[in-house]
Amino acid sequence: MAEEKPWALISEVGEQGYLEEMADIIKPHFHIISHKDFQQNPQLHGPKIQALLLWNGFPVVEPSLLGLLPSLKVVANGGVGIDHLDVPYINSLGVKVTNTPGVVSNATADIGMALLLASARKVVEGHQVAVDPKTTHIPQCLMGVEVSESTLGIIGMGHIGYKIAQRGKGFDMKILYHNRSRRSVEDEQAVGATYCENMDDLLKESDFVMLAVNLTPETTGLISHRQLSLMKPTATLVNVSRGLVVDQDALVKALQSGTIRAAALDVTYPEPLPRDHPLLGLPNVLITPHVGTNTLTTSLKMVQQMVDNAVAAVKGLTAPNEVKPK
Amino acid sequence: MEQDKPWALISEVGGDCGLLEDHLDIVKRHFQVVCYQDFLQNPELHGPQVQALLMWRYYPEAQPALLRMLPSLKVVSSGGTGVDHLDVSFINGLGVKVSNTPGVVSRATADLAMGLLLASARRILEGHLVARDPETRRIPLNLVGTDVSGATLGIVGMGDTGFNIAQRGHGFEMDVLYHNRNRRSLEDEQAVGATFCQNLDELLRRSDFVVLAVRLTSETTGLIGSRELELMKPTATLVNISRGQVVDQDALVQALRSGTIRAAALDVTHPEPLPRDHPLFSLPNVLITPHVGANTPSTGGRMVEMMVESAVAAIRGLPVPNEVKPN
Repeated sequence: MAEEKPWALISEVGEQGYLEEMADIIKPHFHIISHKDFQQNPQLHGPKIQALLLWNGFPVVEPSLLGLLPSLKVVANGGVGIDHLDVPYINSLGVKVTNTPGVVSNATADIGMALLLASARKVVEGHQVAVDPKTTHIPQCLMGVEVSESTLGIIGMGHIGYKIAQRGKGFDMKILYHNRSRRSVEDEQAVGATYCENMDDLLKESDFVMLAVNLTPETTGLISHRQLSLMKPTATLVNVSRGLVVDQDALVKALQSGTIRAAALDVTYPEPLPRDHPLLGLPNVLITPHVGTNTLTTSLKMVQQMVDNAVAAVKGLTAPNEVKPK
Repeated sequence: MEQDKPWALISEVGGDCGLLEDHLDIVKRHFQVVCYQDFLQNPELHGPQVQALLMWRYYPEAQPALLRMLPSLKVVSSGGTGVDHLDVSFINGLGVKVSNTPGVVSRATADLAMGLLLASARRILEGHLVARDPETRRIPLNLVGTDVSGATLGIVGMGDTGFNIAQRGHGFEMDVLYHNRNRRSLEDEQAVGATFCQNLDELLRRSDFVVLAVRLTSETTGLIGSRELELMKPTATLVNISRGQVVDQDALVQALRSGTIRAAALDVTHPEPLPRDHPLFSLPNVLITPHVGANTPSTGGRMVEMMVESAVAAIRGLPVPNEVKPN
């Protein structure tokens, strides 16, 4: 019966939050309250809330908010990255954390390839030349770099990294990968991927270096001066992980000095970058504003998965995608 | 010896239309070279010596007036696959062979087709502009694109380039349909998971992305007009890496304005470049690149090698690789 539905706290329904189609997935299972309405009377609403549905980082999960939610059973994140959540702390309050792996992989792999191709073949510059009022003839010098048969080095060969490998193989790219653990032989053969135990080897040989790792203490600043200097001067760095995986100051220097050819980033730190950040002024940088999962079907699948996780946790059952601290 | 090498006419070195320095080195292994401007200074000097016209980016144009000044011409070697800019019958009628460079551009062009498809679907251009905009304070939440993975890719024209596009689409777990004058072999279809659509209309109705990869001929001119655009899904994207004239551009403008289709991504237009006030520029859902399909470093070099190989064979009276006969 409708009265027995548990309550979930969300950011809002509307342009800055959930689209109606997404809210329609939540409503059969939860009464929803927006953060704004919650804040009108936290003492009244707080004790009812058993689930916090976290979308695009909102509502911000801070101790002050958690303190107002004594009945909270789960923080269900939309998205696979949970580097913005202090999982051990949240768990210590008796609250589970869940994420949405798997459903984000296709769209994120697609963005990685979109950025790689757009950078390699100068699609954005090409468009700007094509529409420029001053253009009188087709330029010869808009020369890109090869994608077909080039070497794609994937750092982080989880679900997303593997999908990227599949897509790269379609371009007859030579696939190298570096990962904490090696994949099975069948997995490697299916995408023609060669394991590089030593990340330096991957950096030296790749024409495109694709970052598809989780952000953890080990991967923070993974790509810094030394790594960039190992890369080919003709190579492109593509990042669909988190901004902090890259030492951004080192990246700026490498791009300015021609240490690497170009960078294509769906993620930065912070997001968005300060408006005077040097990355925004470099001609060989392509940046998209964290659109990796931005398709309607992906968003709907993510919300469904969040709801499934939250429903299970609220019932005291095992949530399909519970995140445990390391 | 240098003086024994036959003479070739080219447009220029460098500039917007000319051969690059690296390309010139390839040509000079087999030819002495005269540039068009120098040739025009004194046509009587080099005219009778020129045996090969090496055409790069449509220049020098093989017009009757020029051809008349080249009595010893044996071959017009055109860089690229398309020969729609050449009157092959007329040129053959003068005893001059025509060659092109098929195959070598097909992977680079297929790569660009996918690049345009992905950039359009995932709104890369808008994303980049927002990311750089001085007014941007927050990550926008409504920059939502359409799925590529798992979508239906309809390829019109399944030659080398179309087949390479199918292979790439298959890597994205796309459902690949194709329409071609002839059906491909079963192995070819299975290799890229492609389904033949005898009827172009069926492909247009089912596809989320329609990619044009045909040669320009009298049959394919205006192949995609209002009727074809109406058959497409309103959520579909048209990608053109063939020739501008394969599409009725006025019909395309109408279709994009009215939401008959979602978007278009074009590496080719007619003319190139478009007049600066062309309506295609005023539409937010159009991505245009300036005919860069073959613009990768190794593609150019390979094209010139093939052109030289064909020209050398023609001059020696041997069978000419990649000779183009009239239809």
